[in-house]
Amino acid sequence: MTRTLTHLERLEAESIQIMREVVAEAERPVMLYSVGKDSAVMLHLAKKAFFPSPPPFPLLHVDTTWKFKAMYDLREKAARDAGMELLVYQNPEAIARGINPFDHGSLHTDMWKTEGLKQALDKYGFDVAFGGARRDEEKSRAKERIFSFRSAAHGWNPKAQRPELWNLYNAKKAKGESIRVFPISNWTELDIWQYIHLENIEIVPLYFSAPRPTYEWEGGLFMADDIDRVEKVLGRKLDVIERSIRFRTLGCFPLTGAVESDAKTLPEVIQEMLLTTTSERQGRVIDHDQAASMEKKKAEGYF
Amino acid sequence: MSDVIYKTDDLIASDIDTYLQTHQHKSLLRFITCGSVDDGKSTLIGRLLYDSKMIFEDQLASLEADSKKMGTQGQDIDFALLVDGLAAEREQGITIDVAYRFFATEKRKFIVADTPGHEQYTRNMVTGASTADLAVILIDARKGVLVQTRRHSYLAHLIGIRNIVLAVNKMDLIDYDQAQYDAIVADYTAFARSIGITEFTAMPISGFKGDNITTLSPNMPWYMGKPLIEHLETVELDVTAAQGQPFRMAVQWVNRPNLDFRGFSGQIATGTLKSGDAIRVLPSGKTSTISRIVTQDGDLAEAVAGQSVTLCFADEVDCSRGDVISIADNPPQVANQFEATVVWMADEPMIPGRAYWLKLGTQLVSATVQAPKYQVNVNTMEHLAAKTFDLNAIGVAEIATDKPIVFEPYADNHALGGFILIDKITNGTVAAGMLNFSLRRAQNVHWQTVDITRDMHANLKNQKPAVLWFTGLSGSGKSTIANLVEKKLHHMNRHTFLLDGDNVRHGLNKDLGFAEADRIENIRRVGEVAKLMTEAGLIVITAFISPFRAEREMVRAMVPDGEFIEIFVDTPLADAEARDVKGLYKKARSGQLKNFTGIDSPYEAPANPEIRIDTTTMTPDAAADLIVERLLG
Repeated sequence: MTRTLTHLERLEAESIQIMREVVAEAERPVMLYSVGKDSAVMLHLAKKAFFPSPPPFPLLHVDTTWKFKAMYDLREKAARDAGMELLVYQNPEAIARGINPFDHGSLHTDMWKTEGLKQALDKYGFDVAFGGARRDEEKSRAKERIFSFRSAAHGWNPKAQRPELWNLYNAKKAKGESIRVFPISNWTELDIWQYIHLENIEIVPLYFSAPRPTYEWEGGLFMADDIDRVEKVLGRKLDVIERSIRFRTLGCFPLTGAVESDAKTLPEVIQEMLLTTTSERQGRVIDHDQAASMEKKKAEGYF
Repeated sequence: MSDVIYKTDDLIASDIDTYLQTHQHKSLLRFITCGSVDDGKSTLIGRLLYDSKMIFEDQLASLEADSKKMGTQGQDIDFALLVDGLAAEREQGITIDVAYRFFATEKRKFIVADTPGHEQYTRNMVTGASTADLAVILIDARKGVLVQTRRHSYLAHLIGIRNIVLAVNKMDLIDYDQAQYDAIVADYTAFARSIGITEFTAMPISGFKGDNITTLSPNMPWYMGKPLIEHLETVELDVTAAQGQPFRMAVQWVNRPNLDFRGFSGQIATGTLKSGDAIRVLPSGKTSTISRIVTQDGDLAEAVAGQSVTLCFADEVDCSRGDVISIADNPPQVANQFEATVVWMADEPMIPGRAYWLKLGTQLVSATVQAPKYQVNVNTMEHLAAKTFDLNAIGVAEIATDKPIVFEPYADNHALGGFILIDKITNGTVAAGMLNFSLRRAQNVHWQTVDITRDMHANLKNQKPAVLWFTGLSGSGKSTIANLVEKKLHHMNRHTFLLDGDNVRHGLNKDLGFAEADRIENIRRVGEVAKLMTEAGLIVITAFISPFRAEREMVRAMVPDGEFIEIFVDTPLADAEARDVKGLYKKARSGQLKNFTGIDSPYEAPANPEIRIDTTTMTPDAAADLIVERLLG
């Protein structure tokens, strides 16, 4: 009797196979954990891949100090529930220089995330880092391998990618080199939402609509998550208005645009997503900097 | 566009729960599109994404802007710009890597591997095809079956894709002419038969205009088949077909959280498995029965091909990563010599006899590829004589692994027949291959067990065997120091034997020259002899230039850990050439001697030798003392 696997079953099985290959072949793997919905799915898949053992690697959050408070709350709980060690890294130089998204533009991403990630991987000596990037997110990611090699300086060379055939991954590397592995490469945004719904995965409540304090800044709508800090950096008072909002992606609160919405449940969120007319990353400032900007950032070591 | 095929906004808006219920049960089809630079491949994919509403307004806005700036379709939207990802490619106007795209209809989710048509990128197409259930081969209706069409079809067939769609594109540009279409299909049918493709589905389309993509085109009432999307929604999936084969699962990882649980994790390659089934672990051949099929969602009564599971056995049976769990009464074969079809993917050509890592399933072994039996001209399908495989070459060669592996012919089982080769120095993936069959000579030669072991031989001589492997340029002083070392060890009542490069070439290796492949065979034979001598308990001293790192590592891998001592006799080329004891450098410089190490053939210095002798600061006698001390100390 044959049984046709559903697309989510096939995607899940593939992601689990990838995670197990890494654990079998890597010396010191780590899972990058950003507390977003993709991270939530990654963590859930990791628990499944190694059950009944806890996932045999720690979680690493490369923090910018500018994440939503609700994200920090879920971060601690999720790690505890999974029985995993949680490492949090903040780039000391970015702390010392007070790098923030208002004054420093793309330097904010560069210092906290790109540099912070490199420093954290070097500090702990991780040779393989799981990331939750998907190929449907952005054009240059559509061509990235599942196993993506980084030089000792963490650079990515799109011309020197190893061919990936069948489900055979070549995890061999020289000392100092590292690998970023993307187990959910083949998932789409809709797959992620459907899977969260089907598997009842806990996500940050900010994905659901609620009345929240908001302000407008440079044409975008933002949540006043820590309004005192924002006003201090900007040096002026902001008009804070309560609106029904939610987020389609979560990053640093001053960089992540909110959408006005009434979607209070997962089905409603999916409904809104399916009927929406703008792509997921549009709320993020990072991609719009310049043409092919993600590709450039990746060559420099951003995840 | 048909609302029946794509997501129905009305249902989403009115009853999202019903919509989700239906859509969680879609299946998944992976396919590749192959076509030449101008066949309209990117346009077709762009069209599929556009028609399935996978393009959002912001993406469409930037697409319209890009189309005006660099599009090739005048004022119309250039769909190709949607899918040409990397900046470098955008400028060149061609796709140069494999890109994956996603779209879905009411029945299926699709992953498209967009693979390049340009000749030099055969490896990308093979990569994209390796995970595909189906191939769409695009033909420009104005041009008919071209050399590229033949190449793409051959590669798709080679990689084992059973479902082939011949999409005759740009029908709008030949006024939807049935006669021209029929001629192209007849032409292709003849070719397809000649390379063993027995079945394919042909359809006339226009990716640019949307004819026969989602709905049947009113422009071609003579076409009796299905539109492309409907065909893609209904073909049988490989993963479903795989369930009908005997059960096989490669073990990825042993799950051992505590003393009470021992499970074997992997993804089922073929077949189905029930709790209580009798299984066999290969290559050991030990048997047991399945006591549990474990997942986090609860134990399963039955699992099928494609699922990732953890299996528990009723008995304590040795099983670890690299082993294959099979149904007990129908196990796969075990062998160490094969005929294989190889696709070379690296800039550096294949070197016959060199050891590469071979990864097949979860097995990782050392393997050597013999000189090709033949190479295939992928444009004409002719078999050509070849001494090696260059980038993008495809051919057939014999492969030998250093230990037996569990396998099945690729035609029967992709998971146990498909492999990659990895360069041991650069760690790059240099080739993909498919095992055709095992060679009978490997099956019939068995290991004879002997009663007197290598330890017994060594104990009788009261010493620990070793290989002192001297490497360095010609004239660096290898033989001189090696001689002194042997004399000193002999005085200390050690049983030694010196294998000298020049002397071996007078006898054992007198049939070998100095080309790269011969030099590798020279070292391989010396390595095997040294290995036999260490098994007899001897301290073996060798003095060979042995210029390539990979071969020295090959010999290192032949003997037990710690017994191979690499001694780098480090002399600057200028010094060695100035000495020129045998007058060889002079001959090489004058062109009388070819392939001379250091002159027109490279020397790869050891990265981490056990001992490094700097002959500019150390006398031969002091060097010999140091080596003896390190060996015995």
